[in-house]
Amino acid sequence: MTETALLEFRSVNTHYGAVHILKDVDLAIYPGEMVCLLGGNASGKSTTLKTLLGMVTPTSGHVLLDGEVVNDKPTSYRVTNGVTMVPENRRLFKRLTVKENLELGAYLRDDREGIEEDLENIYELFPRVKERLSQKAGTLSGGEQQMVAIGRALMSRPRVLLMDEPSMGLAPALVQQNFELIQQIHEEGMAIFMVEQNANMALSIADRGWVLQTGRVVLDDTAEALLANPELRSSYLGES
Amino acid sequence: MSETVKKRSKSRVSGVDRFLTVVRVLMATLIVIGIVAFIAQQVWPGNPFADWRNPDARGLTGDQFKGLVVSGLSQGAMYGLIALGYSMVYGVLGFINFAHGEVFMVGTMSGWITSEKLHDAGLWESNFILSLFLIILVAITTSTVTAIITERIAYRPLRSSPRLIPLITSIGVSFFIQNAVLGLFGPASKGYPRLPEWLSKQRSIFTVEIAGTKILVMVVAAISMASLWYLVERTQTGRAMRAVAEDKEIASLMGINVNRTIVITFGVGGAMAGVGGILWGLLFRSVTHMTGFLPGIKAFTAAVVGGIGNMGGAMAGGVFLGSAESIAPMVILEPLGVPGVSQLKDAVAFTVLVLVLLFKPSGLFGEKLSQEDRA
Repeated sequence: MTETALLEFRSVNTHYGAVHILKDVDLAIYPGEMVCLLGGNASGKSTTLKTLLGMVTPTSGHVLLDGEVVNDKPTSYRVTNGVTMVPENRRLFKRLTVKENLELGAYLRDDREGIEEDLENIYELFPRVKERLSQKAGTLSGGEQQMVAIGRALMSRPRVLLMDEPSMGLAPALVQQNFELIQQIHEEGMAIFMVEQNANMALSIADRGWVLQTGRVVLDDTAEALLANPELRSSYLGES
Repeated sequence: MSETVKKRSKSRVSGVDRFLTVVRVLMATLIVIGIVAFIAQQVWPGNPFADWRNPDARGLTGDQFKGLVVSGLSQGAMYGLIALGYSMVYGVLGFINFAHGEVFMVGTMSGWITSEKLHDAGLWESNFILSLFLIILVAITTSTVTAIITERIAYRPLRSSPRLIPLITSIGVSFFIQNAVLGLFGPASKGYPRLPEWLSKQRSIFTVEIAGTKILVMVVAAISMASLWYLVERTQTGRAMRAVAEDKEIASLMGINVNRTIVITFGVGGAMAGVGGILWGLLFRSVTHMTGFLPGIKAFTAAVVGGIGNMGGAMAGGVFLGSAESIAPMVILEPLGVPGVSQLKDAVAFTVLVLVLLFKPSGLFGEKLSQEDRA
């Protein structure tokens, strides 16, 4: 491909102490695409996200942002340059108000009008959130918290949204709604990198996917091909 | 079904629980009897109970009572200022910085040095307001810098170790600062220069006789607390501080510089202790290398009483503790016939701590601690 990848791993290895987590992982996320990373427990999914964000530094290999090596750049640099994450279990600041949570998403920005404009966009996207602005985030329901978590991430004006297990901890009825929401955001041009256990759901909306197993990429294909792959579940995701 | 429930709830009541209930009831009874006896004494000075327990007690006049309240409040305002530092650091890092009392002492000490110099130069008398600003500025700077340096060299390297380690370190830091000050300035008690008459004289406000110094203490404390509240609740920095206190990883994901925010927290806590130090110096007009010990412990108590990690709680806890240790000996203990009550301030302060922990373990304004926070 001639286009520069937004985010890229080139044979990245990471260690926690002596434990080898990611092994020669290659990934690439291009602008505007929706990709997903699948894998069972302890396959290195979270480490992949942390490495993309600079919370974990690779022991070898390169992390590239817009084709530039950013191994040593802090998280704030990546956030400023359009990478952000919706963490697992949402992790809102529960003792802060909803408004403050959203404003913290724009912590690194100082364009007041732009921030206001984005707040308005988020209210439009989530009318429910607007009603709860002055409420403590911890008092919201799971679905509402998910909206605030996505809103908070959008407040940094990202170009790629990393989502860690977006359907984790949501009521089954909300899971579908949540995926529709992600799709809606994606259709507005946002690249999305989703880490999911819910392989079916994730692959049904993604363009491409990777499967991680004990820190190694074992499958790298289009979503359709992965969905059709009979071995996907049994061998790689640890499901029966 | 109901039987199993009964069994379970029965087995939950352990011997310790029973013991605590007895202690709770005893404490509460003692306080109630004390207060009732006090009121009885006020209404009927020679009543049989008073005659039996403490025939010498005279009760309090209205003016005496107001005096106690006023000293309690001004003392409590200072506890509150120091308590903020304990509470903020606990909120952000989850350990008690026992060296914070010394940060306060360093503020008082630097204020003494500056005021001596100003006194020698004659500015203390000729322009007291300017001198006051100068010593407050010097104390704030010294305390802030001390707090930041201790964070940098003593606590930051231990950030990832269990919380007990920085706690013990902070006791070491406390000894170090005490002894450094002892080595530099000697053990003698140092007196602040005399305050101008127009400030220290008694004034009468709303029928309350109050020394001007105490008014100054309360006003300065109120201004400092209000500005701190503004900083924490209304500014971007404060929002970052609260975010870091709640979840460091996600805070850094928002692009917040966690280390810098922790330094700011220490610095702001130090600044508050510096202000407290100057007020202490002005009110008691003496300082030694041990000045920080008891106020530090009391302020820590105040922070716990108010609910540690909670800033409003720290201020309220300080005022509550200061008032309690000023009023309770005369109101509760004297009618019970306890001898030498005015010397029991410190015992009362720590009894308040025990009481609050007995009845409301998370403090007066504290949130319920989750299992994970309790470690």
